[in-house]
Formats: sequence, structure tokens, C-alpha cells
Amino acid sequence: MSTETLVPFDEALTRYDPVMGLEIHIELNTATKMFCGCPTEFGAEPNTQVCPVCLALPGALPVVNAKAVESAIRMGLALNCEIAEWCRFARKNYFYPDMPKNFQTSQYDEPIAFDGWVDVEVDGETFRIEIERAHMEEDTGKALHVGGSTGRIHGADFSLVDYNRAGIPLIEIVTRTIEVPPEKAPAVARAYVSYVRDLIGGLGVSDVRMDQGSLRADVNLSLKPRGSDVLGTRSETKNVNSFRSVERAVRYEISRHAGILDAGGKVVQETRHFQEDTGTTLSGREKSDADDYRYFPEPDLAPVSPSREWVEELRATLPEPPAVRRARLQADWGFSDLDMRDTIGAGALDLIVATVEAGTTPQAAKKWWLGEMARRANESGQDIDTLGITPQQVAEIQALIDAGRINDKLARSVFDGVIAGEGTAEEVVVARGLEVVSDDGALGAAVDRAIEGDPDAAAKIRAGNLGVAGALIGAVMKEMRGQADAGRVRELILEKLA
Amino acid sequence: MSEPVTGISRDDVVHLAGLARIDLSDAELDHLAAELPAILEHVASVQQVAGDDVPAMSHPVPVDNVFRDDVVRPSLAPEDALAAAPASDQQRFLVPKILGEG
Repeated sequence: MSTETLVPFDEALTRYDPVMGLEIHIELNTATKMFCGCPTEFGAEPNTQVCPVCLALPGALPVVNAKAVESAIRMGLALNCEIAEWCRFARKNYFYPDMPKNFQTSQYDEPIAFDGWVDVEVDGETFRIEIERAHMEEDTGKALHVGGSTGRIHGADFSLVDYNRAGIPLIEIVTRTIEVPPEKAPAVARAYVSYVRDLIGGLGVSDVRMDQGSLRADVNLSLKPRGSDVLGTRSETKNVNSFRSVERAVRYEISRHAGILDAGGKVVQETRHFQEDTGTTLSGREKSDADDYRYFPEPDLAPVSPSREWVEELRATLPEPPAVRRARLQADWGFSDLDMRDTIGAGALDLIVATVEAGTTPQAAKKWWLGEMARRANESGQDIDTLGITPQQVAEIQALIDAGRINDKLARSVFDGVIAGEGTAEEVVVARGLEVVSDDGALGAAVDRAIEGDPDAAAKIRAGNLGVAGALIGAVMKEMRGQADAGRVRELILEKLA
Repeated sequence: MSEPVTGISRDDVVHLAGLARIDLSDAELDHLAAELPAILEHVASVQQVAGDDVPAMSHPVPVDNVFRDDVVRPSLAPEDALAAAPASDQQRFLVPKILGEG
């Protein structure tokens, strides 16, 4: 591995225009695999979800999962694609032990869905991303690479393969070339992946979890010298496991490509692997003649020709389009345009929906997700939905605030406890002793001491200057170490000084 | 999906052998470079019989939409799944690492 010469992002943009393409793989949540009846549960013991079909034993005959085709069509429609009248599967031939067949069953020049588009929003500006195709294929097995140092087979490296995942239905969504104002490219890439996640999640056809691999994004990127029409050589970055990483991967590749081109070098067409810890990419595999997959139509599977009636039936099952839904939610919630933009930018739309459904007001849900949770996500470099706190838990904590048992400040400590796995919000409040003191006797005594300690303020309040009450409230809260309801403290002070 | 093959060079044979991970000697390459075009020519004579009115088929029977319901069927027991593997470890198939990736 050679050390990369990077050109700072802003500087690279003064000389080059990035050209992107994004590929998203989505694992469907069907009960069974694409071509056999094996279950698809995540995390099962190795090789317990395999059969003669997905192990490619001689004589096994694959049969297409109707539900997977249905999901593929619904996804295609949601992406504003045309649905093929007739299409076939194809064999993508390659030798790698992640597929026992020595080929992956995919679609080649006849995808089930093609020519679609989605509109994504960045900083209030809309960008249209054109979808070239969405095709059906199957996932591969998982290989565990074992180094020679273990000495188990005469020092040779080997791999241990689990085929539980081999054959799980995948839909691959491929964009056409994306050219946007250069400085927007990273944010547009992120917004697109986030948008597709929400869109497909809304269809209920996939868990769309980037952290669990049910949604995977590959970033293809090349640079064009400003003013030139000549496309550069592209790199294909894999292993991008969060929305934030999509953005970082685009930025890094722009800097890296610019460094190579500035030095008069040639970008190598290759697969790169994104490194979460450093935000860099490392060279994977050079594209070469070996990538000659010799696609040909799959002879063991019949073509798929969805009737127009079926397609229209499925179209009728689609949820409201995202733009319509957003407008409806904004009106229901009474959010400003800026609130809505922040909500979408933070990837918090569905989290707020779920929190509101769990009984919290939209304003309170927004306060927690766009304030506390967005801050935590930013600090820890995570996506907001992988912090380890659910909308239900946020709603429970807000309910404790509404009941006057904790205040906003104490709630932060409750979030800490819930995220740390200390139990439910209720359990954390009890275990950490976070409940506000609602005993008027104890509060009253603290208020008395505060009044004695600041006779000036007390006199002013008696004279009707309520603006100085804050000083006394602050003194009481300090004595109660924050565990008091500031509203109640204020009431007590005013009562006593009436 | 692919252009009709009109000829096949020795380099094509080398390339195909590489794709198929078959190690061929020079003598074998020479032999196949002569033999494969003869086979293809033979097949090409069948193509001449088919007129423009005969659509290309990928299946012998014109059947579409053969689907199954999304219903779980029993999988193999792992020991049966692994029974035919030349080697296994930790209930996984043990294979030589064939690419420098991973």
C-alpha cells in the first residue's frame, strides 16, 4: 500500500468535476430465499439454512420466489421505473467460494425495472437522480478468512464458508451518472442513499439496515478536469456502512483522484474498501480480464413476464409518494420549512413519526431527535438511528417529563442510562436516583433558604419585579442538584413572596 | 446476449482457459485452438437453417412465470450439508483461499 497524495476537497473542486454513480443492494425480507424454500433469518448457526438448491448439488432445480418478484416490482414502481414486460435471469460466472455454484444468478441486459428517477433534497434544493435499472439477484455466502499463522493446514491460508446468506433475494439499484454542483456531490450521494432507505423501508419489503448489511451502497466515482468532456477512470468503493460514510467516501475519493491526476498519474480502475475508522479507502482488487463474467441466460429458470394487470395491482399498494407524505406530515406537525429540512437532513423523519405515534408531541419529538440525538450521533460519528435508542424509549422518557417526574436536564442522564443498556427509562430513573423532588416540604425548605440567602432578590419580587425570580430558582436548583421541577420551584417562590 | 462467434483464436483459448481456471499446456492450447473453431462451425450450420421467423430461445419450452410461494421448507441438517465437502471446520465449508482479497 503506497501513501496517497491527497488534494484538499475544496481545492480539488477548483479544477475537477466529480462524476458519480451509486449502486445500492437491498436484501429483501422474504421468508425464504430467491430460488429455494430455505429460511432467511439473520444470525442463524452456520449452514443451517441451506439445501440442495442453494448449495448447487447436482440435479437441484431452482424456482423463483413469487414474493421476491412482487417486492422487486413494487420497488421498481416506487423508484418511478418502467416494469419489464418480459425478462430473464442470467448466470454471472466467476470463481469465488462465496457462491457454491461458481456463478451468481442475476439479471443482465433484461432487468425487471428500468428508466426511473427520484428527487432528493439537499439544503432545500432538489436534485433529480436518474435510475438506470433495478434488477433481481441473489446474495452470496459469507467467507471467514483464516490466516496461515494458525498452522491448521500446513501454514496455508484458507477460508471457512457459511452459505446461509447465499441465495437470499437482493435487488440492485443502479443510478445513471450523477453530475451535480461539485461541492454538493458528497451531500447528494448521502441524501440519495438515505432517500432510498426511507422509500424502500416504507414499502415494507426490506429491513434496510445499513449496519446489518440489508442495505449496502457502492460509490463509483471519477473526476473530469474542469472544461473537459473526457470522463476519468472510476473507482468503485465498497464497504460503505452508514449514510455518513457515503458522504465521507465521496469526499475522500475526490481528494485521492485529484492527487493522482495533479501528479500526472492515472487512476486505476479498481474496487476500493472504505475504512470506517480513518475515513479513507484502501485498494481492493484491480479490475481486469478476470471480470469477464460470461453472462448467459439462466436455463434452469423460466422467464418472468408480469402481466400489466398485476403491475397495476401492485402500483395500487404503494404508500403515498415521499413528497406527498412529507407535505402531509409537515402540516400535521406544524413544522416550519426549516424544521422539515433539518428533520430530513438528520435522517430523523421516520424516527419522529414513530415517536409521535408512541404518544409524544411533534415538538417534543423534534426537540429530542434534532437536538440531543443529532448531537450524540455527530459526536460519536454514527447515524442517528443506530445510537441504541428507539422512538418508543424517547416517548417513554418524554412521558416521564410530562408527568413531572424528571426534567429535561435529568432526561439526558436517563438517555445515557437507556443507551448504556441499564434498562427501561423507568428503571434508569429509579436506579440512578434521578427523580425530581416533588415533595413540597423538601422543596419549600430549599426555597426558604434561597430567599434568606438573597434578601435583595426577595424584596424585588415582593415589589412585583418577577424578572429576578430566575436567580432564586437557580439557587434552589443548585441545592437540589438539578433534581427539581423548575416550574414548581417558581410557583413556590412566588407563593411565598406574594 | 453475445455476438455470434465467427472464429476463435489461440489467444481466445488462453483467455477462456484462464476464466475457467484450467491450466493448459502449449500442446493442449494448439490442439484446442484448432478443434474449437471446428465445433463452432458445426453449430453455425444449424444457425443457418433458422430463418428470421424463428425467434432465439433460451428454453426448449416456452413457459413463463414459474413461481413458488414464499413458504419455508426444511433445510438440510448441517452435517448432511457438509457431508460432501472435502473439508470442513466450525460447521463451515473449508476452502483454499483463492484470491488475495479478504
